[in-house]
Amino acid sequence: MAGEFGNPEVVEEEVDILLIGGGMACCGAGFEIMRWAEGTDLKIKLVDKAAMDRSGAVAQGLSAINTYIGTEQDPADYARMVSNDLMGITRDDLAYDLGRHVDESVHLFEEWGLPIWKTDENGERHDGSKGMTPLKDGGKPVRSGKWQIMINGESYKWIVAEAAKKALGVDNIQERIFIVKLVNDKNDKNRIAGAVGFSTRDHKVFVYKFKACLLAAGGCVNLFRPRSVGEGQGRAWYPVWNAGSTYAMAAQAGAELTMMENRFVPTRFKDGYGPVGAWFLLFKSKATNAFGEVYMDRNKDMLDDYPPYGKAAVPASCLRNHLMLKEMKEGRGPIYMDTVTALANLRETLSPREVKHLEAEAWEDFLDMCVGQCGIWVGENIEPEKKNSELMPTEPYLLGSHSGCCGIWVSGPTDVGAPTDEEFGDIPEHLPKGWNWGYRSMTTVKGLFTAGDGVGASGHKFSSGSHAEGRMAAKAMVKYCLDNKDLKPELDTSVEELVADIYQPVKTYLEHKDYTTAIDINPHYITPKMLQFRLQKIMDEYVAGVATYYSTNAKMLEVAEEKLTMLKEDAAKMRAKDLHELLRAWENYHRILTAEAHMKHIQFREESRYPGFYYRMDKNFVDEENWKCFVNSVYDKDSQSWTCFKRKHVDLVDKSKLFK
Amino acid sequence: MPTFVRTDKCDGCKGQDKTACMYICPHDLMKLDKDGSETGHAMRAFNQEPEQCWECYSCVKICPQQAIEARHYADIVPLGGSVQPLRGSDSIMWTIKFRNGTMKRFKFPIRTTPEGSIDPYAGKPAADMAKIEDIGFFNQENGFRAGDRSELIKL
Ligand SMILES: Cc1cc2nc3c(=O)[nH]c(=O)nc-3n(C[C@H](O)[C@H](O)[C@H](O)COP(=O)(O)OP(=O)(O)OC[C@H]3O[C@@H](n4cnc5c(N)ncnc54)[C@H](O)[C@@H]3O)c2cc1C
Ligand code: SF4
Ligand code: SF4
Repeated sequence: MAGEFGNPEVVEEEVDILLIGGGMACCGAGFEIMRWAEGTDLKIKLVDKAAMDRSGAVAQGLSAINTYIGTEQDPADYARMVSNDLMGITRDDLAYDLGRHVDESVHLFEEWGLPIWKTDENGERHDGSKGMTPLKDGGKPVRSGKWQIMINGESYKWIVAEAAKKALGVDNIQERIFIVKLVNDKNDKNRIAGAVGFSTRDHKVFVYKFKACLLAAGGCVNLFRPRSVGEGQGRAWYPVWNAGSTYAMAAQAGAELTMMENRFVPTRFKDGYGPVGAWFLLFKSKATNAFGEVYMDRNKDMLDDYPPYGKAAVPASCLRNHLMLKEMKEGRGPIYMDTVTALANLRETLSPREVKHLEAEAWEDFLDMCVGQCGIWVGENIEPEKKNSELMPTEPYLLGSHSGCCGIWVSGPTDVGAPTDEEFGDIPEHLPKGWNWGYRSMTTVKGLFTAGDGVGASGHKFSSGSHAEGRMAAKAMVKYCLDNKDLKPELDTSVEELVADIYQPVKTYLEHKDYTTAIDINPHYITPKMLQFRLQKIMDEYVAGVATYYSTNAKMLEVAEEKLTMLKEDAAKMRAKDLHELLRAWENYHRILTAEAHMKHIQFREESRYPGFYYRMDKNFVDEENWKCFVNSVYDKDSQSWTCFKRKHVDLVDKSKLFK
Repeated sequence: MPTFVRTDKCDGCKGQDKTACMYICPHDLMKLDKDGSETGHAMRAFNQEPEQCWECYSCVKICPQQAIEARHYADIVPLGGSVQPLRGSDSIMWTIKFRNGTMKRFKFPIRTTPEGSIDPYAGKPAADMAKIEDIGFFNQENGFRAGDRSELIKL
């Protein structure tokens, strides 16, 4: 009977637009799209693997909105900052466009009820409960840095999701659906026609057909062995539930990826991975080696090795890691955040009322977005005014909306001077030339759009920018659907095949489970958990994980390649003993493809573009002449192989202004 | 720091088909043991994969019985501390206990509007289809930063 374990009910559905993911980007899209769709008869649906109220990277809340331009800065300043932080290779068109739109979303958040800190006429700061003048009417935010503003953000996601859910209508939202695969169009392999996924609650497989979709399922965590290996494994900095679905599914559908060699290795409070931004920027704290020396001063000459990126007032994030790693490698660790001195200094300059809030602010910074760090503080009896805390660089993560820029190559705005042609000749024929090809945020596959962590070669969008980017994509998708009214999507694979493919791990389990007496040890299958361990071991040891202090070389990459190929083959033998494990199986499959793309790109880029994030020890330099370019790739799902190539980098805003 | 469920407090969300903790966990970790076959405690929820817990506290905050707490990762954190929230409609209260017994309490605002009160398009214009290809959103919240065009060097 259909609807049982191993024999799922198949539900087919046709919509015009499917939003995949329910994070910041899709919430933005949900809000914007319903207005443009009014009066058209477009049918729109959102699916999320979790519950929108607490899904994605903002599940826990946040203590700052990291991108707010304000009236005093220009989108060009923002594009410059993004570029320098990512070692010069970003798309100014995308960053600039985001910069001019992002504050619109922040003003909405405040209207919906997000408490935003304010500074009054006397320069004193107040938390967001006070009902002071809203930002849109000229209220002054509390800046914790040039681009960041402080919030009481425990319910950030809850609030943003409420608006999106109301806009979309509950009937158009399906939660607990994990999307496994996109399906191309039968009549045009370069067009998208559908997606398949399964319910993690009922024995059902869903086959969606549509004209367009927004794939915004976050970045990728746990493709590298995490520093914690026991019970604390779930405490990665990046949320453990974003498994590279965005990159893997886009690649399989033939979309061009970009800068997949880029990664993010945040330096955070050790073990809990609590945020450091407010400590550096708001509390003006310094990080030191074991002997109290500030390594950014001690090692500042090392920045000269990387002109011009080391020369900006704020050197690129990876370079700050680079200077810290020297201390660790040469035995001058542990590294500390000097919270004691910072808080003592602040006591001297602030009003008594502010001092009273000071301690609370320090705790709130963690409680609003990283409770686990408080767990470590209480367990180790750490009060930040009395005892310093250790810092540690994490395992690598792949993402495109925080301080990272891997992702998908998308069409940008047409009014900012972006190139419309290509200078390099080795780009596969079927791919578009230049940086815009019609619809904003569309990938190189017709009808497939992305936003947030999905959009590569930009970065530093954060929560607000991801929301705004989702809105830009939403509007373009409506236009795409209206322009393609008569398009009838047809899946290039039969529904039976798709369903069989998704449920294969269950079938494998049922077929072989009685062969041995130990449910997990069986020569006919591999558990998703062990497969994940294997992936993490390969990536950690050969592709510049923490085990080698983020170092690799061509030979190590060659070994990784061989091992990953066999891992990919074995992935076909994953078992799933229940729906929860089926979820883990497909998450891990997405991780493998993402990892493979990462490895291939590092292999192709013959330099070390991001010292402090990774080193190719055989090419341990930044080569501006040959490698100041985008590295892009396409995946062929039939031959299961990657093609990497270069696209020329062009500046649309003058970067020399950063160094004046 | 995986979460755990207290047997004395959890009531299985009174047998509703969707428990609050299962509904909310972003990583699909919370599970109701209907007949007690998995934990020995029928109609109680449990964390089915504690080593995958992000300690995001979503389940802790939503549980109507305050039955969920966290015991910080045993492989990293010394025993004895606890961090426990009580989330209300406009603020959240945290009770923090150190290993050495020190206690702290904090209260922070979480939203300035009543839950469920958002009316997303209230007072906002309809989209102007003539502008669908222009830059900008359907509405303007005074946040569009047009920018100094002379900064764009390729124009
Ligand atoms: C630890 C951390 C701290 C941060 N701190 C800040 C900060 O202080 N300030 C700030 O402004 N920004 C911050 N950010 C950045 C911000 O959270 C992200 O930029 C933003 O959430 C990205 O939005 P997104 O929609 O691309 O992804 P997400 O918001 O992560 O959403 C991804 C969505 O996809 C769903 N999903 C995943 N896979 C599938 C699948 N296969 N099928 C269906 N659904 C799927 C998920 O459930 C989720 O709903 C932080 C990020 C992290 C990770
Ligand atoms: S939400 Fe609380 S009461 Fe309900 S099942 Fe979960 S632990 Fe039990
Ligand atoms: S703390 Fe978060 S990840 Fe852990 S069980 Fe609860 S909801 Fe899930």
